[in-house]
Amino acid sequence: MTKVLKSVLIVLFALAASANLLKASDELAVADTASAKKFNTGELIFGHIRDSYEWHITSFGHTHLSIPLPVIVYSSQSGMHVFMSGKFHHGTEEFNGFKIATEGKYAAKVVEIMADGTEVRPWDFSITKNVTSLFISIFILLTIFLSIAKRYRENFDKAPKGIQSWIEPLVIFIRDDIAKPSIGNDRYQKYLPYLLTIFFFIFLNNLMGLVPLFPGGANLTGNISITLVLALFTFVITSFSGSRNYWVHMVNDPGIPLWLKLPLPLMPIVEIMGVFIKPFVLTIRLFANITAGHIVALGFYSLIFIFSEKSLVAGYGISVISITFTVFMGILELLVAFIQAYVFTLLSALYIGMALETHESHA
Amino acid sequence: MGLVMPEFGLFFWMLVSFSILLWILKRFAWGPILKALSDRENLIIEALKSAENAKEEMKRLQSGNEKILKEAVLEREKIVKEARDLKESIIRDAKHEAGIEANKVMESARVTIERERVAAISDIKSLIANFSVEIAGKILEEKLADESLQKELVQNYIDKINLN
Repeated sequence: MTKVLKSVLIVLFALAASANLLKASDELAVADTASAKKFNTGELIFGHIRDSYEWHITSFGHTHLSIPLPVIVYSSQSGMHVFMSGKFHHGTEEFNGFKIATEGKYAAKVVEIMADGTEVRPWDFSITKNVTSLFISIFILLTIFLSIAKRYRENFDKAPKGIQSWIEPLVIFIRDDIAKPSIGNDRYQKYLPYLLTIFFFIFLNNLMGLVPLFPGGANLTGNISITLVLALFTFVITSFSGSRNYWVHMVNDPGIPLWLKLPLPLMPIVEIMGVFIKPFVLTIRLFANITAGHIVALGFYSLIFIFSEKSLVAGYGISVISITFTVFMGILELLVAFIQAYVFTLLSALYIGMALETHESHA
Repeated sequence: MGLVMPEFGLFFWMLVSFSILLWILKRFAWGPILKALSDRENLIIEALKSAENAKEEMKRLQSGNEKILKEAVLEREKIVKEARDLKESIIRDAKHEAGIEANKVMESARVTIERERVAAISDIKSLIANFSVEIAGKILEEKLADESLQKELVQNYIDKINLN
């Protein structure tokens, strides 16, 4: 009975929430009729998943509530500039010869306006939403792990407690089920700190990306710059720990027939391409998975607004389906958050393991 | 497409801050955590091993105890048996000794009695002789009145004495 009551309440709450959203969008629609601006799904979604110079929290009609973040740009013409993004007034105004481009190649990026009216992109070291989120996640990771390490150092022989008992199974899982089988029992220790760090970094940021409110919601691991850096770390570690055998096998694998190597070095080309494809794939996989999750969830929400533009009743109707699917997506994304962190760590470990392989273990 | 193009600023911050994160965690978190984990695992393995050893030891002790107990029982039986044997032999010896002693006492008593008897007889003999002499003297005094009778009498007595 209580179960039924609970589910009825949830549906009612969802309807009420969507009603509020509809009201807001109606106001927006009324306000925007002058400019005949329609609801733009693409803009909404990309506005959410891409980086930004301010941390937008919510909007009431035309009042935007957001946290301004520092803009740090270096221009070859006018040198270094440091100011808060609030100076742009949510991208509507210029400041000091800089503005946030509204269209073109540099849309939503800070550009410098030249004397002849063209827009030039400066070196941009701004503490953007993603950089802020990065700092917050690093702060959280350091807080958690340094406090845990203190407890481990003081009484290692006690059973884990508190957050330690959440982290410990994951640490043991990464050590026993990722590092040991992929790298080998005798050499995994050297790479374990890196694997643990990327796992917890990706996992935490995936989860933070799912939380819609500050300090979450920045879609950090769904940003290709972040995943590229992570993949580069794996690439550098793999290349620097590669055994002689790894490089010899790459250019001259004794197990491959000669005609694949001699007149035209077919296999060596494929192998060497593989060295670069591996980190590239790591980059794309994490980025695409996390971004896709965000796009799908936002797409379901956008359905409400798209339908309510046609008819208000259809909007209410579709909101039930949309919210159900978004909740489902949210649960799925929780799983994806873990799986992607696991996959990235596992593949990094496998690549390191492959690079370490000696002739004996290969046979 | 802005979405798939890496952004230089974010790339830079990520590279710097992730390197620092990695270094700090490696130095101050993973080191102690992993060491503690393996220490704890070793501790548990050791504890299990020592528990196993203790069990083995216990078993060994128990079987040792049983052996000792068995030996003790055997020892006790032996001692009891020895004691019983000893007792019997002591009793037997004592009986034997006592028999010998008794025989000795009897023998000496018999010897003494014999000697006493012989002495008594000789005493009696001498007393009888004295009495006889006295009686004879008295009779003689009475009978001497008649000489022939006296003679006959004396003769008679003397004969009779000789018969003894």
